[in-house]
Amino acid sequence: MVDQPIVEVRDLRKTFSVKHAGGVSTLHALSGVNFEIMRGETLGLVGESGSGKTTAGRILVGLVPAGSGSVRLFGHDITGADGKAQLAKVRARLQFVFQDPYASLNPRMRIGSAIAEPLDIAGGWSRKDRNGRVAELLDLVGLPKTSIDRYPHEFSGGQRQRIVIARALALNPQFVVCDEPVSALDVSMQAQVVNLLLDLQDRLGLSYLFIAHDLAVVRAVSTRVAVMYAGSIVETAPKSQIYSDPQHPYSRALLDAVPRADPNYVRHPVVSGEVPSLLDPPPGCCFHPRCPFAFERCRVEVPILRESGPDRRVACHLFT
Amino acid sequence: MAAPLLSIRNLTVQFRVDTGWVTAIDDVSLDVGAGDCVGVVGESGSGKSVTALSVLQLHDRVSTRMPSGSILYQDDDLLRAKGSTMRRIRGSEIAMIFQDPMSSLNPVLTIADQISETLRQHQGLTGAAARRRVVELLGLVRIPDAARRADDYPHRLSGGMRQRVMIAMAIACKPRLLIADEPTTALDVTIQAQILELLRDLRRELGMSVMLISHDLGVIAEFAQRVVVMYAGRVVEAAPVTQLFRRPVHPYTMGLIAAVPALDSEAPRLTTIAGRIPGPQEIIPGCRFSPRCALVQPSCLDEPPSMQTVGDGQSARCPPRIQVLGVRHG
Amino acid sequence: MTDVGIGTRATAAAIAAPRGYGTLRRLLRHRSFLIGFTIIALLAILAVLAPLITPIDPSAMRVRLRFRPPQAAFWFGTDQFGRDVFTRVLYGARISLFVGFAVCVVSGLCSAVLGVIAAQLRRLDSAIMRLMDALMSFPAILLALGIAAALGPRVSSVIIALTVAYIPAGVRIVRAAALTVREMDFVQAAQVSGASSLRIVLRHILPNCLSPLLVHLTFIFAYAMLAEAALSFLGVGIQPPIASWGNIIAEGRDYATQAWWVMLFPGIAISLAALSLNLLGDALGDMLDPRLKGGE
Repeated sequence: MVDQPIVEVRDLRKTFSVKHAGGVSTLHALSGVNFEIMRGETLGLVGESGSGKTTAGRILVGLVPAGSGSVRLFGHDITGADGKAQLAKVRARLQFVFQDPYASLNPRMRIGSAIAEPLDIAGGWSRKDRNGRVAELLDLVGLPKTSIDRYPHEFSGGQRQRIVIARALALNPQFVVCDEPVSALDVSMQAQVVNLLLDLQDRLGLSYLFIAHDLAVVRAVSTRVAVMYAGSIVETAPKSQIYSDPQHPYSRALLDAVPRADPNYVRHPVVSGEVPSLLDPPPGCCFHPRCPFAFERCRVEVPILRESGPDRRVACHLFT
Repeated sequence: MAAPLLSIRNLTVQFRVDTGWVTAIDDVSLDVGAGDCVGVVGESGSGKSVTALSVLQLHDRVSTRMPSGSILYQDDDLLRAKGSTMRRIRGSEIAMIFQDPMSSLNPVLTIADQISETLRQHQGLTGAAARRRVVELLGLVRIPDAARRADDYPHRLSGGMRQRVMIAMAIACKPRLLIADEPTTALDVTIQAQILELLRDLRRELGMSVMLISHDLGVIAEFAQRVVVMYAGRVVEAAPVTQLFRRPVHPYTMGLIAAVPALDSEAPRLTTIAGRIPGPQEIIPGCRFSPRCALVQPSCLDEPPSMQTVGDGQSARCPPRIQVLGVRHG
Repeated sequence: MTDVGIGTRATAAAIAAPRGYGTLRRLLRHRSFLIGFTIIALLAILAVLAPLITPIDPSAMRVRLRFRPPQAAFWFGTDQFGRDVFTRVLYGARISLFVGFAVCVVSGLCSAVLGVIAAQLRRLDSAIMRLMDALMSFPAILLALGIAAALGPRVSSVIIALTVAYIPAGVRIVRAAALTVREMDFVQAAQVSGASSLRIVLRHILPNCLSPLLVHLTFIFAYAMLAEAALSFLGVGIQPPIASWGNIIAEGRDYATQAWWVMLFPGIAISLAALSLNLLGDALGDMLDPRLKGGE
């Protein structure tokens, strides 16, 4: 079982219908996504708005139904005919941490009840065990026990994110999807939460799917990184390589665009253009209208994610 | 040094709450010289946006008061300026762009309508002349196919394009100072890079001064010449940008620089600043940063530290550190 | 700059967002809440204690004492049957406040249930909302007039009529709030943990829809009192000799020129009650809204 990935995503596709004045259009949120996550590993899923990274994360925990393709969690296919039943079997092993710590706690629920909610839903916890578990979880995320009777509005963003993490860990999950968990926090709070997630991974052997909109935070947490663009993964590589040697032109652009805290840094030319409309994606490679290296083939043929080195894959015609 | 274009002196701003007044910013001083680019950096509650809004007197008068200080723009003290003076200054002398380009644009008017409104008010341009200028401005902010885009409604544009429109409106009357309050925070990274590049080019082409407010030290490092660091309503350090990154004086600045996730280090853990940001109602004796400071000393709790010059245009609000560095000059 | 002022209010609100203050404590510090609450509580106490305050029977007719202007013995004067107007206004408060309160509670419960059902069960949504639209297309008072006339002149039929008339607005408010809340991350977090729909509704959606409904209901209380007065005035509401503020005014109407006090004092009572409820509603709106937004 050790070598078996705990998450296996194969050719995952998802479309949404968008209503507008002229009728209904199809939005291609995910067009064939493949990745897997091993036990104890963190996959950093990086992309800008419209890349499909959040949709992918939500499909993994059953918040959004998959379109086509398959998602296997701990060996159970949650996309098949009996997907719901399969999902119910693995439900307790999955959790999700949201981006906005202000919206992810019910303002009318005390912290103690919020953290205990997964326990109450799962059932079978005596009052004493339940309260003991809540105290243990508060301790785990570094909050005082007196927090139990307080309300979310009494806490800052960073503290709320700790509460959300405590709630996510209540049932000892093995796999947690973190959807931009620190993007809404102040810089000095970001580091605290990121380090907490790392500590928890060490202590509890968690696996993460860590979703982010730029490559900076992902560096600290990831074992491997997957870069998404307009509904597809364009590159996956071990962390050390994606930063030192990005292969896909978009990965390079994304890396170059991160502002450096160094006044002497000389910036590479900025990539031009914007993310294409997913209602009407361009033919061929979605990145070709912005790519400085695009040639004829890029405009007609969709590149496939292929092996491009040890443990790394890229979807780019430059590498075939 | 010639008199600065904008000079904020010892400004204090208070907001009304249920229990009385809370101090949002306290004794804030900063200068923006002609053609300068000043970055104001701080986290939530630092008072950086409050400072910016004070310059244009955009606070709600009923729930805000400014018991002390002055904001000198050329010969006017904006705190005491008449309504008509302020209206002239807003837009034509000092312009401002905000974080959220969607709510800053009126959804029922076309781009051209909104920009020509500004042109009509401040420059009396109408009809074909206004139209020509609108298209010229949209070209200046590098909106492709400007003549056609001018007739679009805001919802047809992406976030990056909307921010470009906001910039076009801001520079329509050739202001001498542009205040940009987190202009790229709501945008994707590649678009952020484009907008920063655009602002940098426009500043050079139009000879504007820019006051850039951001929570992101990376953005500040790339864009600003001088940096003002704010924490919990006070300026804690001010320095030329290279000096600030080479030798930060205030422990908060040091922590902030260290906390930025680096792209080129293999450190397994990020450096953190312990504790949390205090709320405006919390009473902290002495230095507001002392509860989180790794270098705190008993004297820090006695009284609020004053701003002291370190040299090379750098000053900080941390006497113990300045003493250790041994670089204090008058 | 066409957008002067953007962000100012938000910044001020963010700075002013209290940490660790109970809603109750903040309400008690709010001036219009205090004024509104004091007046309505006083009226309620007077209504309940009416028999202790005035020893006179509200229906007792004393022909010799007809049309006495306000004086020491009869504070609000007497009417065409020699009944004491002060006593009748006190007893009338019992009926008027009861009708207002009952309409408030019943329409509040119905609105909460129907609104949440409409938001949660998409299949019933259009059926419920079209029905509400149909009800809303009549002016509330005409609808109530029709229902009250059909059910016969009783207190219960006034309550039913007004409840039906005021449900649609409440349903719309709850449904809109529920649709917003159900998209929030904390609801999705409960879904990830496998929460049932019932749990999500009871623990998460309903409690977060109550603030706007509560604010709305204070206004409904006032409207219902006014509408009861109107229905009684028009003769399909509370029937004499039972006193309600509406029918005291209706009875005094014919003698308005010679005995202005018969109409004036119940009129003042109605205005005072409606005003205090409106103050209360405004204050609740002020206090509860920023909390709904979560203190960004």
